[in-house]
Amino acid sequence: MMENRKKAAFRYAFPRTVPVMVGYLFLGTAYGILMKVNGYGCFWALAMSLLVYAGSLQYVGVTLLASMAHPLYGFLMGLMINARHLFYGISMLGRYRSLKRFRTYLIFSLTDETFSVVCSEKIPDALDREWVYLWISLLNQAYWVAGSVAGSLAGGLITFNTKGLDFALTALFVVIFTDQWKHQKDHRPALTGVAASVLCVLIFGSGNFIIPAMVLILAVLSLQYRGKQKKEAERVG
Amino acid sequence: MDRAMVINGICMVAALAAATMITRFLPFVIFPQGKKMPGFMEHLGKTLPYAAMGLLVVYCLKDVNVSGNFHGLPEFLAVAAIAVVHWWKENTLLSIGAGTVLYMVLVQIVFV
Repeated sequence: MMENRKKAAFRYAFPRTVPVMVGYLFLGTAYGILMKVNGYGCFWALAMSLLVYAGSLQYVGVTLLASMAHPLYGFLMGLMINARHLFYGISMLGRYRSLKRFRTYLIFSLTDETFSVVCSEKIPDALDREWVYLWISLLNQAYWVAGSVAGSLAGGLITFNTKGLDFALTALFVVIFTDQWKHQKDHRPALTGVAASVLCVLIFGSGNFIIPAMVLILAVLSLQYRGKQKKEAERVG
Repeated sequence: MDRAMVINGICMVAALAAATMITRFLPFVIFPQGKKMPGFMEHLGKTLPYAAMGLLVVYCLKDVNVSGNFHGLPEFLAVAAIAVVHWWKENTLLSIGAGTVLYMVLVQIVFV
């Protein structure tokens, strides 16, 4: 019986991961190639994709590794770049915090893409929910790991000019930004993010802008929150 | 690859993994089952993802040389193309693939 439940969950989960498979194989391969051309081979790409498993941070990590940046700087950078994961966690609290099995791995593997699949799933009652979540999360990481290892192995054989390949990361963020803009009515948070960041690049320079930009963004968002509360209080009062 | 590079690399992998795990596990540590979330956190949950993406786009483009020979034109063209293609087709892979190839052509062949 157990085998059948696993198989049924897999049959449900796999088709839902296909868009992520295509994206992860492409971005993962590009990542592996970038690591390789910067002097970090298969083992490094594998370790990063197994242990860190965060696309955007891993791309930034290539630069951090290649420039021999201080690990503490990498740690702070990681907190800031992945701060958005806090909010994926908050969104999945209701569904994940009560799970008995696999909970630790499911939280560990909650990337942007995995979140986008699991957050919208209304899993039929007949299926084992925990196995469906596990298959989606496991398959996605498998694609990412496979792509990055393949890329780093192929990286040694690359004979074409890879200049500009790392633009795939910028492209990913521009795509998500465009997507959010299109499907969100309130553009103030997005504008706050861009304006505060540009302002801080101009004031503090491109090397030091992230921390001030984060502080400024939080300050503006908390002002908006206070304004909203005031409005609601006036409406109630 | 020398010794210092390997040690720095291992520390960097550990640091990035630790930072990522903190951001993924923290909500579950702070809000175990049955605990209510404060209003400001909920506000952040709804707004910060959008602001963070704006920050990341700027982060990627922060070193574009606006006063150089091409005034950041390749980056501007590629970003604009990605936004237009994505607005129109909403196909993530197509947008990323086309934008990256366009950028590579621009910096390797057109703006040299």
